[in-house]
Amino acid sequence: MAQSNVSGRPFRLFRNLNAKIAAIPMILTALVIFVGFSLWTVVYSFTKSGLLPRQDFVGLMQYERLWSNTKWLISIQNLLIFGICMLVFSFVIGFVLACLMDQKIRFEGVFRTILLYPFALSFVVTGVVWQWLLNPDLGIQSVMRGFGWESFAFDPLNNSRIVMFGVVIAALWQGTGFVMVLLLAGLRGIDDEIWKATRIDGIPTWKTYLFVVVPMLRPVMVTTLVIVTAGIVKVYDLVVAQTNGGPGVSSEVPAKYVYDQMFLNQNLGQGFAASTMMLITVAIIIIPWAYLEFGGRKRG
Amino acid sequence: MVDLTLDGPRGPKPRRAISGRNIMIYGTLIVVALYYLIPLYVMVVTSLKGLPEIRMGNIFAPPVEITFEPWVKAWSEACTGLNCDGLQRGFWNSVRITVPSVIVSILIASINGYALANWRFKGAELFFAILMIGAFIPYQVMLYPMVILLRELGLYGSLTGLVLVHTVFGMPILTLLFRNYFATLPDELFKAARVDGTGFWGIYFRIMLPLSLPIFVVAVILQVTGIWNDFLFGVVYTRPQYYPMTVQLNNIVNTTTGVKEYNVNMAATILTGLVPLVIYFVSGRLFVRGIAAGAVKG
Repeated sequence: MAQSNVSGRPFRLFRNLNAKIAAIPMILTALVIFVGFSLWTVVYSFTKSGLLPRQDFVGLMQYERLWSNTKWLISIQNLLIFGICMLVFSFVIGFVLACLMDQKIRFEGVFRTILLYPFALSFVVTGVVWQWLLNPDLGIQSVMRGFGWESFAFDPLNNSRIVMFGVVIAALWQGTGFVMVLLLAGLRGIDDEIWKATRIDGIPTWKTYLFVVVPMLRPVMVTTLVIVTAGIVKVYDLVVAQTNGGPGVSSEVPAKYVYDQMFLNQNLGQGFAASTMMLITVAIIIIPWAYLEFGGRKRG
Repeated sequence: MVDLTLDGPRGPKPRRAISGRNIMIYGTLIVVALYYLIPLYVMVVTSLKGLPEIRMGNIFAPPVEITFEPWVKAWSEACTGLNCDGLQRGFWNSVRITVPSVIVSILIASINGYALANWRFKGAELFFAILMIGAFIPYQVMLYPMVILLRELGLYGSLTGLVLVHTVFGMPILTLLFRNYFATLPDELFKAARVDGTGFWGIYFRIMLPLSLPIFVVAVILQVTGIWNDFLFGVVYTRPQYYPMTVQLNNIVNTTTGVKEYNVNMAATILTGLVPLVIYFVSGRLFVRGIAAGAVKG
Protein backbone atom coordinates (compact mmCIF):
# COMPACT_ATOMS: atom_id res chain seq x y z
CA MET A 1 0.00 0.00 0.00
CA ALA A 2 2.70 2.42 1.02
CA GLN A 3 3.57 4.25 -2.12
CA SER A 4 6.63 6.34 -2.39
CA ASN A 5 5.73 9.97 -2.05
CA VAL A 6 8.94 11.11 -3.61
CA SER A 7 8.46 10.29 -7.25
CA GLY A 8 11.30 10.65 -9.67
CA ARG A 9 9.53 13.25 -11.72
CA PRO A 10 7.94 15.95 -9.58
CA PHE A 11 4.57 15.96 -11.29
CA ARG A 12 2.29 18.24 -9.27
CA LEU A 13 -0.89 16.24 -9.32
CA PHE A 14 0.80 13.07 -8.12
CA ARG A 15 2.72 14.68 -5.33
CA ASN A 16 1.30 13.61 -2.01
CA LEU A 17 -0.94 11.29 -3.98
CA ASN A 18 -2.04 9.08 -1.10
CA ALA A 19 -3.27 12.05 0.90
CA LYS A 20 -5.26 13.18 -2.09
CA ILE A 21 -6.77 9.74 -2.58
CA ALA A 22 -7.60 9.62 1.13
CA ALA A 23 -9.29 13.00 0.90
CA ILE A 24 -11.53 12.02 -2.00
CA PRO A 25 -14.58 11.33 0.22
CA MET A 26 -14.14 14.73 1.84
CA ILE A 27 -13.69 16.50 -1.50
CA LEU A 28 -16.73 14.75 -2.98
CA THR A 29 -18.85 15.55 0.06
CA ALA A 30 -17.82 19.18 0.05
CA LEU A 31 -18.21 19.76 -3.67
CA VAL A 32 -20.99 17.39 -4.75
CA ILE A 33 -23.20 17.29 -1.67
CA PHE A 34 -22.76 20.57 0.13
CA VAL A 35 -22.15 22.85 -2.84
CA GLY A 36 -23.71 20.86 -5.68
CA PHE A 37 -26.87 19.73 -3.94
CA SER A 38 -27.53 23.16 -2.46
CA LEU A 39 -27.16 24.80 -5.87
CA TRP A 40 -29.38 22.14 -7.42
CA THR A 41 -32.13 22.88 -4.89
CA VAL A 42 -31.82 26.62 -5.44
CA VAL A 43 -32.02 26.19 -9.23
CA TYR A 44 -35.00 23.85 -9.05
CA SER A 45 -36.81 26.24 -6.72
CA PHE A 46 -37.44 28.32 -9.85
CA THR A 47 -39.21 25.44 -11.60
CA LYS A 48 -42.71 24.08 -11.58
CA SER A 49 -41.61 20.68 -10.20
CA GLY A 50 -44.45 18.67 -8.78
CA LEU A 51 -44.18 14.96 -8.10
CA LEU A 52 -40.86 14.81 -9.94
CA PRO A 53 -38.27 17.54 -10.56
CA ARG A 54 -38.80 19.15 -13.97
CA GLN A 55 -36.82 21.80 -15.79
CA ASP A 56 -39.89 23.92 -16.34
CA PHE A 57 -38.73 27.35 -15.24
CA VAL A 58 -41.39 29.69 -13.94
CA GLY A 59 -39.34 32.45 -12.36
CA LEU A 60 -40.35 33.44 -8.87
CA MET A 61 -43.75 31.75 -8.98
CA GLN A 62 -42.91 29.27 -6.19
CA TYR A 63 -41.72 32.09 -3.94
CA GLU A 64 -44.85 34.14 -4.59
CA ARG A 65 -46.97 31.15 -3.69
CA LEU A 66 -44.80 30.46 -0.68
CA TRP A 67 -45.15 33.92 0.80
CA SER A 68 -48.89 33.95 0.25
CA ASN A 69 -49.34 30.56 1.89
CA THR A 70 -50.82 30.86 5.39
CA LYS A 71 -49.12 27.70 6.59
CA TRP A 72 -45.71 29.05 5.61
CA LEU A 73 -46.39 32.44 7.19
CA ILE A 74 -47.43 30.72 10.40
CA SER A 75 -44.28 28.58 10.19
CA ILE A 76 -42.09 31.66 9.94
CA GLN A 77 -43.91 33.37 12.79
CA ASN A 78 -43.57 30.25 14.93
CA LEU A 79 -39.90 29.95 14.14
CA LEU A 80 -39.40 33.56 15.25
CA ILE A 81 -41.27 32.99 18.52
CA PHE A 82 -39.46 29.73 19.11
CA GLY A 83 -36.08 31.14 18.16
CA ILE A 84 -36.28 34.29 20.25
CA CYS A 85 -37.59 32.44 23.31
CA MET A 86 -34.98 29.70 22.93
CA LEU A 87 -32.08 32.11 22.55
CA VAL A 88 -33.10 34.42 25.38
CA PHE A 89 -33.99 31.71 27.89
CA SER A 90 -31.30 29.19 27.06
CA PHE A 91 -28.60 31.86 27.26
CA VAL A 92 -29.88 33.57 30.41
CA ILE A 93 -30.58 30.31 32.24
CA GLY A 94 -27.49 28.64 30.82
CA PHE A 95 -25.28 31.52 31.89
CA VAL A 96 -26.74 31.77 35.39
CA LEU A 97 -26.32 28.01 35.84
CA ALA A 98 -22.76 28.14 34.52
CA CYS A 99 -21.95 30.93 37.00
CA LEU A 100 -23.44 28.92 39.86
CA MET A 101 -21.47 25.85 38.79
CA ASP A 102 -18.34 27.98 38.67
CA GLN A 103 -18.49 28.78 42.42
CA LYS A 104 -16.19 25.85 43.28
CA ILE A 105 -19.22 23.91 44.45
CA ARG A 106 -19.34 20.34 45.62
CA PHE A 107 -20.93 17.64 43.49
CA GLU A 108 -20.32 19.69 40.39
CA GLY A 109 -20.07 16.50 38.35
CA VAL A 110 -23.46 15.31 39.63
CA PHE A 111 -25.18 18.58 38.79
CA ARG A 112 -23.56 18.72 35.37
CA THR A 113 -24.58 15.16 34.63
CA ILE A 114 -28.19 15.92 35.56
CA LEU A 115 -28.37 19.16 33.60
CA LEU A 116 -26.91 17.67 30.46
CA TYR A 117 -28.59 14.27 30.24
CA PRO A 118 -31.61 15.47 28.21
CA PHE A 119 -29.17 16.59 25.56
CA ALA A 120 -28.21 12.96 24.96
CA LEU A 121 -31.82 12.10 24.14
CA SER A 122 -33.56 12.20 20.81
CA PHE A 123 -35.88 15.12 20.08
CA VAL A 124 -38.56 12.51 19.51
CA VAL A 125 -38.14 11.26 23.08
CA THR A 126 -38.22 14.83 24.41
CA GLY A 127 -41.31 15.65 22.39
CA VAL A 128 -43.17 12.55 23.50
CA VAL A 129 -42.31 13.04 27.18
CA TRP A 130 -43.42 16.65 27.22
CA GLN A 131 -46.55 15.79 25.30
CA TRP A 132 -47.36 13.50 28.21
CA LEU A 133 -46.36 15.98 30.94
CA LEU A 134 -48.47 18.69 29.32
CA ASN A 135 -51.44 16.39 28.83
CA PRO A 136 -54.36 18.51 30.07
CA ASP A 137 -56.39 15.72 31.64
CA LEU A 138 -53.65 13.72 33.32
CA GLY A 139 -50.50 15.85 33.29
CA ILE A 140 -49.20 18.86 35.20
CA GLN A 141 -52.44 20.80 34.83
CA SER A 142 -54.53 18.08 36.47
CA VAL A 143 -51.97 17.59 39.23
CA MET A 144 -52.03 21.29 40.10
CA ARG A 145 -55.82 21.21 40.11
CA GLY A 146 -55.66 18.15 42.31
CA PHE A 147 -53.63 20.16 44.83
CA GLY A 148 -56.63 22.46 45.21
CA TRP A 149 -55.67 25.09 42.65
CA GLU A 150 -58.90 24.58 40.71
CA SER A 151 -58.48 27.44 38.27
CA PHE A 152 -54.94 26.44 37.22
CA ALA A 153 -54.87 26.36 33.45
CA PHE A 154 -51.79 25.41 31.50
CA ASP A 155 -52.71 23.54 28.37
CA PRO A 156 -50.38 24.85 25.69
CA LEU A 157 -50.58 21.83 23.41
CA ASN A 158 -54.29 22.34 22.77
CA ASN A 159 -54.26 26.10 22.66
CA SER A 160 -53.16 27.48 19.32
CA ARG A 161 -52.17 30.82 20.84
CA ILE A 162 -49.55 29.42 23.19
CA VAL A 163 -48.67 26.07 21.64
CA MET A 164 -45.17 27.26 20.66
CA PHE A 165 -44.40 27.94 24.30
CA GLY A 166 -45.14 24.32 25.06
CA VAL A 167 -42.55 23.40 22.43
CA VAL A 168 -40.13 25.96 23.87
CA ILE A 169 -40.41 24.41 27.34
CA ALA A 170 -39.47 21.01 25.96
CA ALA A 171 -36.64 22.43 23.84
CA LEU A 172 -35.26 24.35 26.82
CA TRP A 173 -35.30 21.21 28.90
CA GLN A 174 -33.22 19.51 26.27
CA GLY A 175 -30.90 22.30 25.19
CA THR A 176 -30.09 24.55 28.16
CA GLY A 177 -27.57 22.08 29.57
CA PHE A 178 -25.61 22.28 26.34
CA VAL A 179 -25.41 26.08 26.53
CA MET A 180 -24.45 25.80 30.19
CA VAL A 181 -21.60 23.37 29.48
CA LEU A 182 -20.13 25.51 26.71
CA LEU A 183 -20.36 28.70 28.76
CA LEU A 184 -18.89 26.92 31.77
CA ALA A 185 -15.95 25.84 29.62
CA GLY A 186 -15.55 29.49 28.68
CA LEU A 187 -15.69 30.59 32.32
CA ARG A 188 -12.99 28.07 33.19
CA GLY A 189 -10.76 29.65 30.59
CA ILE A 190 -10.83 33.03 32.32
CA ASP A 191 -7.60 33.94 34.02
CA ASP A 192 -7.61 33.81 37.80
CA GLU A 193 -5.75 37.12 37.85
CA ILE A 194 -8.89 38.84 36.61
CA TRP A 195 -10.77 37.58 39.63
CA LYS A 196 -8.00 38.66 42.00
CA ALA A 197 -7.89 42.10 40.43
CA THR A 198 -11.63 42.70 40.70
CA ARG A 199 -11.64 41.39 44.26
CA ILE A 200 -8.90 43.80 45.26
CA ASP A 201 -10.85 46.61 43.66
CA GLY A 202 -13.86 45.53 45.71
CA ILE A 203 -16.14 44.97 42.76
CA PRO A 204 -19.09 42.73 43.69
CA THR A 205 -19.07 39.27 42.12
CA TRP A 206 -22.27 39.77 40.13
CA LYS A 207 -20.92 42.98 38.65
CA THR A 208 -17.70 41.24 37.69
CA TYR A 209 -19.69 38.54 35.93
CA LEU A 210 -21.88 40.98 34.07
CA PHE A 211 -19.40 43.65 33.08
CA VAL A 212 -16.03 41.90 33.01
CA VAL A 213 -16.65 38.22 32.37
CA VAL A 214 -19.46 38.47 29.79
CA PRO A 215 -17.42 40.67 27.44
CA MET A 216 -14.49 38.28 27.86
CA LEU A 217 -16.72 35.34 27.00
CA ARG A 218 -17.65 36.91 23.70
CA PRO A 219 -15.92 34.29 21.48
CA VAL A 220 -17.55 31.36 23.30
CA MET A 221 -20.88 33.19 23.37
CA VAL A 222 -20.78 33.87 19.64
CA THR A 223 -19.85 30.28 18.77
CA THR A 224 -22.59 28.94 21.03
CA LEU A 225 -25.04 31.43 19.55
CA VAL A 226 -24.25 30.27 16.03
CA ILE A 227 -24.60 26.58 16.92
CA VAL A 228 -27.85 27.10 18.81
CA THR A 229 -29.32 29.30 16.08
CA ALA A 230 -28.41 26.85 13.34
CA GLY A 231 -30.15 24.19 15.45
CA ILE A 232 -33.24 26.37 15.89
CA VAL A 233 -33.68 26.83 12.14
CA LYS A 234 -33.57 23.04 11.70
CA VAL A 235 -36.16 22.28 14.41
CA TYR A 236 -38.29 19.47 13.06
CA ASP A 237 -38.49 16.19 14.97
CA LEU A 238 -39.41 17.88 18.24
CA VAL A 239 -42.47 19.49 16.70
CA VAL A 240 -43.44 16.33 14.82
CA ALA A 241 -43.29 14.25 17.99
CA GLN A 242 -44.83 16.77 20.38
CA THR A 243 -47.62 18.43 18.42
CA ASN A 244 -47.30 17.31 14.80
CA GLY A 245 -47.92 20.90 13.82
CA GLY A 246 -51.19 21.09 15.68
CA PRO A 247 -53.66 22.11 16.90
CA GLY A 248 -54.57 22.78 13.27
CA VAL A 249 -51.50 24.37 11.74
CA SER A 250 -50.61 26.52 14.75
CA SER A 251 -47.26 24.92 15.52
CA GLU A 252 -45.97 24.38 12.01
CA VAL A 253 -42.29 25.15 11.43
CA PRO A 254 -40.37 25.73 8.16
CA ALA A 255 -38.49 22.40 8.25
CA LYS A 256 -41.80 20.58 8.55
CA TYR A 257 -43.29 22.65 5.76
CA VAL A 258 -40.43 21.55 3.49
CA TYR A 259 -40.87 17.89 4.36
CA ASP A 260 -44.65 18.00 3.96
CA GLN A 261 -44.48 19.75 0.59
CA MET A 262 -41.82 17.41 -0.77
CA PHE A 263 -42.94 14.05 0.49
CA LEU A 264 -46.64 14.35 1.35
CA ASN A 265 -48.08 16.96 -1.01
CA GLN A 266 -45.92 16.03 -4.02
CA ASN A 267 -45.16 19.67 -4.50
CA LEU A 268 -41.39 19.62 -4.88
CA GLY A 269 -41.09 23.18 -6.18
CA GLN A 270 -42.65 24.57 -3.01
CA GLY A 271 -40.33 22.41 -0.93
CA PHE A 272 -37.30 23.68 -2.83
CA ALA A 273 -38.39 27.30 -2.48
CA ALA A 274 -39.04 26.90 1.24
CA SER A 275 -35.71 25.14 1.83
CA THR A 276 -33.93 27.85 -0.15
CA MET A 277 -35.45 30.37 2.26
CA MET A 278 -34.05 28.30 5.13
CA LEU A 279 -30.66 28.31 3.44
CA ILE A 280 -30.78 32.10 3.11
CA THR A 281 -31.69 32.45 6.78
CA VAL A 282 -28.73 30.35 7.85
CA ALA A 283 -26.43 32.13 5.43
CA ILE A 284 -27.37 35.48 6.97
CA ILE A 285 -26.25 34.12 10.34
CA ILE A 286 -23.23 32.10 9.23
CA ILE A 287 -21.48 34.28 6.70
CA PRO A 288 -20.76 37.26 8.98
CA TRP A 289 -19.67 34.85 11.71
CA ALA A 290 -17.42 32.79 9.42
CA TYR A 291 -15.95 36.01 8.08
CA LEU A 292 -15.13 37.30 11.56
CA GLU A 293 -13.97 33.93 12.81
CA PHE A 294 -11.87 32.65 9.92
CA GLY A 295 -11.44 35.58 7.56
CA GLY A 296 -10.19 37.85 10.28
CA ARG A 297 -7.66 35.38 11.57
CA LYS A 298 -5.84 34.97 8.29
CA ARG A 299 -5.16 38.66 8.13
CA GLY A 300 -4.41 39.08 11.80
CA MET B 1 -6.08 12.30 51.79
CA VAL B 2 -6.80 13.87 55.16
CA ASP B 3 -3.82 15.32 56.96
CA LEU B 4 -3.96 13.95 60.48
CA THR B 5 -0.87 15.63 61.93
CA LEU B 6 -2.15 18.39 64.17
CA ASP B 7 0.25 21.27 63.95
CA GLY B 8 -2.16 24.13 63.98
CA PRO B 9 -4.48 25.43 61.30
CA ARG B 10 -3.17 25.85 57.78
CA GLY B 11 -4.56 27.31 54.61
CA PRO B 12 -7.31 29.87 54.33
CA LYS B 13 -9.96 30.10 56.99
CA PRO B 14 -12.68 27.65 56.00
CA ARG B 15 -15.94 29.22 55.06
CA ARG B 16 -18.97 28.22 57.02
CA ALA B 17 -20.78 25.42 55.20
CA ILE B 18 -24.19 26.96 55.79
CA SER B 19 -24.11 30.53 54.65
CA GLY B 20 -26.67 32.57 52.81
CA ARG B 21 -24.56 32.37 49.71
CA ASN B 22 -24.33 28.60 49.79
CA ILE B 23 -28.03 28.17 50.46
CA MET B 24 -28.79 30.26 47.42
CA ILE B 25 -26.33 28.46 45.15
CA TYR B 26 -27.20 24.92 46.20
CA GLY B 27 -30.89 25.74 46.56
CA THR B 28 -31.08 27.01 42.99
CA LEU B 29 -29.07 24.12 41.61
CA ILE B 30 -31.14 21.54 43.45
CA VAL B 31 -34.41 23.06 42.26
CA VAL B 32 -33.13 23.14 38.68
CA ALA B 33 -31.80 19.58 38.98
CA LEU B 34 -35.22 18.43 40.19
CA TYR B 35 -36.87 20.15 37.24
CA TYR B 36 -34.50 18.30 34.94
CA LEU B 37 -35.12 14.97 36.62
CA ILE B 38 -38.92 15.17 36.78
CA PRO B 39 -39.55 14.10 33.18
CA LEU B 40 -37.30 11.06 33.64
CA TYR B 41 -39.05 10.20 36.88
CA VAL B 42 -42.49 10.61 35.34
CA MET B 43 -41.48 8.41 32.40
CA VAL B 44 -40.38 5.63 34.71
CA VAL B 45 -43.36 5.70 37.09
CA THR B 46 -45.88 6.00 34.26
CA SER B 47 -44.38 3.01 32.49
CA LEU B 48 -44.79 0.90 35.64
CA LYS B 49 -48.47 1.69 36.23
CA GLY B 50 -51.58 0.08 34.82
CA LEU B 51 -53.87 2.18 32.63
CA PRO B 52 -56.69 2.49 35.21
CA GLU B 53 -54.22 3.76 37.78
CA ILE B 54 -52.93 6.36 35.32
CA ARG B 55 -56.45 7.61 34.59
CA MET B 56 -57.28 7.84 38.29
CA GLY B 57 -54.16 9.21 39.89
CA ASN B 58 -51.63 11.93 39.23
CA ILE B 59 -48.56 11.54 37.04
CA PHE B 60 -46.11 12.17 39.87
CA ALA B 61 -47.47 9.51 42.21
CA PRO B 62 -45.34 6.38 42.45
CA PRO B 63 -47.06 3.24 41.17
CA VAL B 64 -49.31 1.52 43.71
CA GLU B 65 -49.07 -1.73 41.86
CA ILE B 66 -45.93 -2.19 39.83
CA THR B 67 -46.47 -3.87 36.48
CA PHE B 68 -43.93 -4.65 33.79
CA GLU B 69 -46.59 -5.43 31.24
CA PRO B 70 -46.28 -2.04 29.46
CA TRP B 71 -42.58 -2.77 28.89
CA VAL B 72 -43.31 -6.19 27.44
CA LYS B 73 -46.03 -4.71 25.29
CA ALA B 74 -43.87 -1.82 24.08
CA TRP B 75 -41.03 -4.16 23.19
CA SER B 76 -42.90 -6.94 21.47
CA GLU B 77 -46.56 -6.09 20.81
CA ALA B 78 -47.05 -2.37 20.15
CA CYS B 79 -48.44 -1.64 16.69
CA THR B 80 -47.23 0.68 13.99
CA GLY B 81 -49.40 0.48 10.93
CA LEU B 82 -49.98 -3.18 10.17
CA ASN B 83 -46.98 -4.48 12.08
CA CYS B 84 -47.66 -5.45 15.66
CA ASP B 85 -44.30 -6.79 16.72
CA GLY B 86 -43.39 -3.85 18.91
CA LEU B 87 -40.32 -1.68 19.18
CA GLN B 88 -37.89 -4.56 18.90
CA ARG B 89 -38.03 -4.23 15.12
CA GLY B 90 -37.03 -0.57 15.39
CA PHE B 91 -34.37 -1.40 17.94
CA TRP B 92 -32.68 -3.92 15.68
CA ASN B 93 -33.04 -1.60 12.70
CA SER B 94 -31.36 1.15 14.70
CA VAL B 95 -28.55 -1.25 15.60
CA ARG B 96 -28.16 -2.25 11.97
CA ILE B 97 -28.09 1.41 10.96
CA THR B 98 -25.90 2.71 13.76
CA VAL B 99 -23.11 0.12 13.84
CA PRO B 100 -22.00 0.34 10.19
CA SER B 101 -22.65 4.10 10.05
CA VAL B 102 -20.44 4.70 13.07
CA ILE B 103 -17.62 2.49 11.76
CA VAL B 104 -17.65 3.83 8.20
CA SER B 105 -18.07 7.49 9.13
CA ILE B 106 -15.30 7.40 11.73
CA LEU B 107 -12.91 5.50 9.47
CA ILE B 108 -13.36 7.96 6.62
CA ALA B 109 -13.36 11.07 8.77
CA SER B 110 -10.25 10.02 10.69
CA ILE B 111 -8.34 9.45 7.45
CA ASN B 112 -9.58 12.85 6.22
CA GLY B 113 -8.44 14.49 9.42
CA TYR B 114 -5.09 12.73 9.21
CA ALA B 115 -4.53 13.88 5.63
CA LEU B 116 -5.51 17.43 6.60
CA ALA B 117 -3.29 17.57 9.66
CA ASN B 118 -0.18 15.78 8.44
CA TRP B 119 -0.19 15.66 4.65
CA ARG B 120 -1.40 19.06 3.63
CA PHE B 121 -1.87 19.43 -0.07
CA LYS B 122 -2.88 22.38 -2.14
CA GLY B 123 -6.57 23.15 -1.84
CA ALA B 124 -7.05 20.96 1.23
CA GLU B 125 -7.90 23.91 3.43
CA LEU B 126 -10.47 25.13 0.94
CA PHE B 127 -12.30 21.80 0.89
CA PHE B 128 -12.16 21.71 4.65
CA ALA B 129 -13.64 25.21 4.87
CA ILE B 130 -16.48 24.19 2.55
CA LEU B 131 -17.06 21.13 4.70
CA MET B 132 -17.24 23.25 7.85
CA ILE B 133 -19.67 25.74 6.36
CA GLY B 134 -21.64 22.84 4.92
CA ALA B 135 -22.25 21.61 8.45
CA PHE B 136 -24.57 24.56 8.95
CA ILE B 137 -26.61 24.10 5.78
CA PRO B 138 -30.11 22.96 6.80
CA TYR B 139 -30.52 19.31 5.81
CA GLN B 140 -33.78 20.20 4.11
CA VAL B 141 -31.81 21.89 1.35
CA MET B 142 -29.94 18.69 0.47
CA LEU B 143 -32.77 16.29 1.23
CA TYR B 144 -34.18 15.80 -2.23
CA PRO B 145 -30.99 15.76 -4.33
CA MET B 146 -29.84 13.05 -1.94
CA VAL B 147 -32.99 11.07 -2.75
CA ILE B 148 -32.08 11.30 -6.44
CA LEU B 149 -28.46 10.25 -5.80
CA LEU B 150 -29.52 7.25 -3.74
CA ARG B 151 -32.10 6.29 -6.34
CA GLU B 152 -29.47 6.45 -9.07
CA LEU B 153 -27.16 4.28 -6.98
CA GLY B 154 -30.01 1.86 -6.34
CA LEU B 155 -29.72 2.45 -2.60
CA TYR B 156 -32.88 4.46 -1.94
CA GLY B 157 -34.85 2.88 0.88
CA SER B 158 -32.06 0.52 1.87
CA LEU B 159 -29.96 0.43 5.00
CA THR B 160 -26.78 0.92 2.96
CA GLY B 161 -28.19 4.17 1.61
CA LEU B 162 -28.87 5.43 5.10
CA VAL B 163 -25.33 4.48 6.17
CA LEU B 164 -24.02 6.58 3.29
CA VAL B 165 -26.21 9.52 4.36
CA HIS B 166 -24.97 9.36 7.94
CA THR B 167 -21.36 9.11 6.75
CA VAL B 168 -21.75 12.19 4.60
CA PHE B 169 -23.56 14.37 7.12
CA GLY B 170 -21.39 13.27 10.03
CA MET B 171 -18.24 14.12 8.15
CA PRO B 172 -17.82 17.83 9.02
CA ILE B 173 -17.84 17.48 12.79
CA LEU B 174 -15.80 14.26 12.80
CA THR B 175 -13.19 15.57 10.38
CA LEU B 176 -12.82 18.66 12.55
CA LEU B 177 -12.47 16.48 15.64
CA PHE B 178 -9.75 14.29 14.13
CA ARG B 179 -7.91 17.06 12.34
CA ASN B 180 -7.62 19.06 15.55
CA TYR B 181 -6.53 16.03 17.51
CA PHE B 182 -3.88 14.85 15.03
CA ALA B 183 -2.54 18.39 14.85
CA THR B 184 -1.75 18.25 18.58
CA LEU B 185 0.33 15.06 18.30
CA PRO B 186 4.07 15.80 18.31
CA ASP B 187 5.39 16.39 14.82
CA GLU B 188 8.64 14.53 15.62
CA LEU B 189 6.79 11.23 15.66
CA PHE B 190 5.51 11.83 12.18
CA LYS B 191 8.90 12.99 10.91
CA ALA B 192 10.74 10.05 12.46
CA ALA B 193 8.35 7.65 10.76
CA ARG B 194 8.83 9.39 7.44
CA VAL B 195 12.59 9.16 7.79
CA ASP B 196 12.16 5.45 8.44
CA GLY B 197 10.38 5.25 5.12
CA THR B 198 6.89 4.59 6.47
CA GLY B 199 4.24 5.74 4.02
CA PHE B 200 0.89 7.43 4.31
CA TRP B 201 -1.10 4.36 5.35
CA GLY B 202 1.69 2.88 7.42
CA ILE B 203 1.89 5.97 9.59
CA TYR B 204 -1.87 6.10 9.89
CA PHE B 205 -2.35 2.50 10.97
CA ARG B 206 0.81 1.98 13.00
CA ILE B 207 1.34 5.35 14.66
CA MET B 208 -1.70 7.62 14.51
CA LEU B 209 -4.36 5.03 15.18
CA PRO B 210 -2.79 3.53 18.34
CA LEU B 211 -2.01 7.01 19.67
CA SER B 212 -5.47 8.39 19.28
CA LEU B 213 -7.74 5.91 20.99
CA PRO B 214 -9.29 8.58 23.27
CA ILE B 215 -10.43 10.67 20.34
CA PHE B 216 -11.84 7.58 18.66
CA VAL B 217 -13.87 6.92 21.80
CA VAL B 218 -15.14 10.52 21.73
CA ALA B 219 -16.07 10.11 18.07
CA VAL B 220 -17.89 6.84 18.74
CA ILE B 221 -19.91 8.45 21.54
CA LEU B 222 -20.76 11.42 19.35
CA GLN B 223 -21.81 9.25 16.42
CA VAL B 224 -23.71 6.56 18.31
CA THR B 225 -25.87 9.12 20.11
CA GLY B 226 -26.26 11.27 17.03
CA ILE B 227 -27.23 8.46 14.68
CA TRP B 228 -29.38 6.64 17.19
CA ASN B 229 -31.34 9.85 17.81
CA ASP B 230 -31.78 10.68 14.14
CA PHE B 231 -35.34 10.97 12.92
CA LEU B 232 -35.34 12.94 9.69
CA PHE B 233 -32.96 10.75 7.66
CA GLY B 234 -34.61 7.60 8.93
CA VAL B 235 -38.02 8.74 7.80
CA VAL B 236 -36.86 10.10 4.43
CA TYR B 237 -34.36 7.50 3.26
CA THR B 238 -35.70 4.17 4.49
CA ARG B 239 -38.73 2.02 3.87
CA PRO B 240 -41.12 1.36 6.78
CA GLN B 241 -39.64 -2.09 7.40
CA TYR B 242 -36.25 -0.45 8.06
CA TYR B 243 -37.53 2.47 10.17
CA PRO B 244 -35.19 3.23 13.07
CA MET B 245 -36.41 3.22 16.64
CA THR B 246 -37.09 6.97 16.85
CA VAL B 247 -39.41 6.88 13.84
CA GLN B 248 -41.19 3.84 15.19
CA LEU B 249 -41.58 5.45 18.61
CA ASN B 250 -43.18 8.48 17.01
CA ASN B 251 -45.53 6.24 15.03
CA ILE B 252 -46.52 4.25 18.11
CA VAL B 253 -47.16 7.29 20.30
CA ASN B 254 -48.79 9.56 17.75
CA THR B 255 -51.09 7.00 16.17
CA THR B 256 -54.59 8.32 15.93
CA THR B 257 -56.32 4.98 16.15
CA GLY B 258 -57.15 2.98 19.25
CA VAL B 259 -56.92 3.77 22.94
CA LYS B 260 -53.94 5.85 24.03
CA GLU B 261 -51.84 3.57 26.18
CA TYR B 262 -49.76 6.07 28.08
CA ASN B 263 -47.87 3.45 30.04
CA VAL B 264 -46.85 1.59 26.88
CA ASN B 265 -45.88 4.90 25.27
CA MET B 266 -43.64 5.81 28.19
CA ALA B 267 -42.04 2.37 28.28
CA ALA B 268 -41.36 2.72 24.55
CA THR B 269 -39.92 6.19 25.14
CA ILE B 270 -37.53 4.94 27.81
CA LEU B 271 -36.49 2.01 25.61
CA THR B 272 -35.70 4.42 22.77
CA GLY B 273 -33.76 6.75 25.03
CA LEU B 274 -31.93 3.96 26.80
CA VAL B 275 -28.97 3.48 24.45
CA PRO B 276 -27.90 7.15 24.36
CA LEU B 277 -28.61 7.52 28.08
CA VAL B 278 -26.43 4.54 29.00
CA ILE B 279 -23.66 5.87 26.77
CA TYR B 280 -24.03 9.28 28.36
CA PHE B 281 -23.91 8.08 31.94
CA VAL B 282 -21.04 5.66 31.30
CA SER B 283 -18.90 8.02 29.25
CA GLY B 284 -19.28 11.11 31.45
CA ARG B 285 -16.59 13.63 30.60
CA LEU B 286 -15.88 12.15 27.19
CA PHE B 287 -19.44 12.98 26.10
CA VAL B 288 -18.92 16.58 27.17
CA ARG B 289 -15.69 16.63 25.20
CA GLY B 290 -17.52 15.33 22.17
CA ILE B 291 -20.20 17.99 22.18
CA ALA B 292 -17.69 20.70 23.04
CA ALA B 293 -15.67 19.66 19.99
CA GLY B 294 -18.33 21.26 17.86
CA ALA B 295 -17.80 24.54 19.64
CA VAL B 296 -14.02 24.54 19.56
CA LYS B 297 -12.70 26.70 16.82
CA GLY B 298 -11.36 24.83 13.81
